[in-house]
Amino acid sequence: MKRFTDLYWRLDATTSTNEKVEALRDYFAAAPAEDAACAMEVLSGGRQLRAVSTALLRAWAAEAAGIPLWLVEECYAHVGDLAETLALILPHEGAEAVTEGVGMGLAECMRTTILELRAADDGQKRATVEHVWQRLAPRERIVWHKLLTGGCRVGVSRTLVARALAEVAGVDPAVMAHRLMGAGVTDADSYRSLMTREPTAADARRPYPFLLAAAIECEPGNLGAVTDWIVEWKWDGMRAQIVRRGDDATLWSRGEELVNEAFPEIVAAATTLPTGTVLDGELLAVRGQSLLGFAAVSKRSGRRRVPRKLLDEVPCVFVAYDLLELDGIDIRGLPLAERRRRLEALVPLPCTAGVGSAATAAVCAAVTESAAALPPRLLHSPCVVGESWESLAAARSTSRDRGVEGLMLKRRTSPYGVGRVRGDWWKWKIEPFEIDAVLLYAQAGHGRRAGLHSDYTLGVWHDGRLVPVAKAYSGLADAEIVELDRIVRATTLERHGPVRVVQPTQVFQLAFEGISRSTRHKAGVAVRFPRIVRWRREKTPPDAGTLADLMRLIDMATVGNSPHPEAMA
Amino acid sequence: MADLLTVTDAGLYCAQGDFYIDPWRRVPRAIITHAHADHARSGCGRYLCAAPGMLVLRSRVGNAAPIDSLRHGDTLSINGVEVSLHPAGHVLGSAQVRLSHGGTTWVVTGDYKLEADPTCDPFEPVECDVFVTESTFGLPVYRWQDPKTIAEEINAWWRANRDAGRTSVLLAYALGKAQRLAAAVDPSIGPIIGHGAVMKMVEAYRASGVRLPPIDRVPPRTRKMGAGRALVIAPPSVAGSRWLDIFGETSVAMASGWMTLRGVRRRRGFDKGFVVSDHADFPGLLTAIAASRARRVLVTHGFTDTLTRLLQERGVDAAVLPTRFAGEAPPDAAVVDGEDGDSENGAGDQATPHASPEPDDRGEEQE
Repeated sequence: MKRFTDLYWRLDATTSTNEKVEALRDYFAAAPAEDAACAMEVLSGGRQLRAVSTALLRAWAAEAAGIPLWLVEECYAHVGDLAETLALILPHEGAEAVTEGVGMGLAECMRTTILELRAADDGQKRATVEHVWQRLAPRERIVWHKLLTGGCRVGVSRTLVARALAEVAGVDPAVMAHRLMGAGVTDADSYRSLMTREPTAADARRPYPFLLAAAIECEPGNLGAVTDWIVEWKWDGMRAQIVRRGDDATLWSRGEELVNEAFPEIVAAATTLPTGTVLDGELLAVRGQSLLGFAAVSKRSGRRRVPRKLLDEVPCVFVAYDLLELDGIDIRGLPLAERRRRLEALVPLPCTAGVGSAATAAVCAAVTESAAALPPRLLHSPCVVGESWESLAAARSTSRDRGVEGLMLKRRTSPYGVGRVRGDWWKWKIEPFEIDAVLLYAQAGHGRRAGLHSDYTLGVWHDGRLVPVAKAYSGLADAEIVELDRIVRATTLERHGPVRVVQPTQVFQLAFEGISRSTRHKAGVAVRFPRIVRWRREKTPPDAGTLADLMRLIDMATVGNSPHPEAMA
Repeated sequence: MADLLTVTDAGLYCAQGDFYIDPWRRVPRAIITHAHADHARSGCGRYLCAAPGMLVLRSRVGNAAPIDSLRHGDTLSINGVEVSLHPAGHVLGSAQVRLSHGGTTWVVTGDYKLEADPTCDPFEPVECDVFVTESTFGLPVYRWQDPKTIAEEINAWWRANRDAGRTSVLLAYALGKAQRLAAAVDPSIGPIIGHGAVMKMVEAYRASGVRLPPIDRVPPRTRKMGAGRALVIAPPSVAGSRWLDIFGETSVAMASGWMTLRGVRRRRGFDKGFVVSDHADFPGLLTAIAASRARRVLVTHGFTDTLTRLLQERGVDAAVLPTRFAGEAPPDAAVVDGEDGDSENGAGDQATPHASPEPDDRGEEQE
């Protein structure tokens, strides 16, 4: 436990990638396989279960500290992290005497003080918790509390973990990244087999690490000749890989989860592909020639079992845009143009929903009938043809009507790399919607922003009053957040727990990706991915936009907009 | 009977004696608990402070200001109000103000701490009827470690930096904490260098008879002096500034009570945070309040609402003494501004320094 605590704080103390990898490497090189496997599970940020409710922990900690429960809550509101709050208020006596922690490894600590606790009654839980408290120093308590409440998240990406493990195992980082895809390391044995140099049996069904695109930062004209690029629509769905190997097919999300159960019709279609095939593409919800958008797909993606009704309500297709493996051979090193040629031979039908003309749709329908060998669940992503960047820009401007998010630019000669390779794949998304809105409420953030008011609710005018329309968390620089925090404190009208109602004085340019009518929100609209673009210091609240402005945007965004329930809490 | 002290636009006022305590405007007569900028404004008609703090206050309010001093424990009658000053343990010359009139005794703590500090007189509990206490760190998450443990931590960090060829930069408020830290570290590790703002106060401390280890000024022309070995003590405003360039590779640590919180430590991106404060921690506040044996406690400057509620629940007649600026402590407002949260602005009651930072440490940045 002490070793893992040290790792946690080393990772916490640095923002340098190299130092993080170094800390991870030191940890994995020294930790027993059992602890290492356990640490990987924690670091992967996977779903952790809560062994003890935080309500009980707060109550016990209040009693141990000799303070009332409301004061624990006040502390939490100030600190912004419950695990830390509890660690700080608990008596230090006893903890200082034992600097070696609980005296057991991470795995044993997890098993005996956390996992086994889930089934225990409250009395047993309390006895164990108080026992551990007495044995841990405050910095160890914080980590243990996070494990106990299922909220231990550390700021390391899977790529960094893969790099560290590759160094320890003495294999290529790409090999390790590949092995880590979808492979659940849950115990000492699976950890050992992960760290072996030999190919393992579990390698067989693994997807390839996804190549991620970056948002374009320059005028596309600066990318050189338009003919060097393959251009596709940027689909508003869920990224996935179909892995057809052996005698079955598996479907993997970008989150590296197996999602076969959620998309049975796609998996069934995928089994008709020749074995030894891996496709990269997008799961889309499609009805007739209309794209239903990401929100519709997400209704399916989390499911273990999909009811018949939902299958009918949200019919899905897989639109492939890359071929990574053919006849059991990894072809990621071939130029994209060549991979696409083979892809179109393998999956001849283009996706026309939203993006095709009536003529191509008719042709496709004809092809569908003749080519019954491949069910139309599997399609390929058609190229957007443009002679110039200007004509592509014109095509892009039709994105919103089509229900797509813009264009993808992929270098014709590029291999399929690992991770976010800059320069070969660019997202050229449509401009977001924007409106000027007024700060109405502010709430203190968590983690790095603990104690600072960094979560903002913004509103627009309606009938002479400001009505809240979006909650935005990001977009301001750290220094601006601090400055705004001061304004929030100085202009507070009311406080409701951690939320402050402020005098409307500050105007922000708010951007969002989608907008729809909503009965769940007071203002009657829900916006998708709202974020602050700019602090409009030169503007005052009367300059802000109105609800009528937003309603006009809804009328503009007519296609592909089912309500987005995730937009606003 | 009317209260002996009331809050006016200019600050805490004693009508009977016709004087203010730590006024925030220019007033004819001011009793100063200590020389930090949010307690000691320049331009008052006449000042009274504790004798050990005379030179420090002088360096802050200017040579022309008329300053009277009173030895700790001595009594002075001002318009019939008996006034005495008692050590508060915050910085050199910091005092609690005891007022007695018509059979009622008040004590105004100013800022105080209970931990041992070799650079000033220790806090002295004074019994009274009404106790006016600060509450900067009035939440139970704030509990200080033994000063010796902290000194060892700082020494270990300095030693490790020296061995790696890095200069150690310790950010601390120029008056009080800088001197306290200089006195606490182990000077055998390497040279100690003080920023100009720190040195001004080091001189005032030395002239007042406080023993400090040798501290070098930053020589204006000698670049790289002490680089890689020295401990540089500087006000927080130098963080991220070009001033640090002359020291080569550095490790920058902040010494403040707010460093207790991980979020605050991370946000500012210091290499290290040491939890050192010249204010009372939460148990310290409760101890001092109990020791005053006061029948009424007025809470000011910090987590006023929280501490007041807790005291009330424990059967103490407590109330918030509203200062001009309401709110609770924003740890970063001070830290990010490059001003020390503890000593000057941390309580958040003092909104003025946030809006228009005191020039103290800034004028000397270019040194």
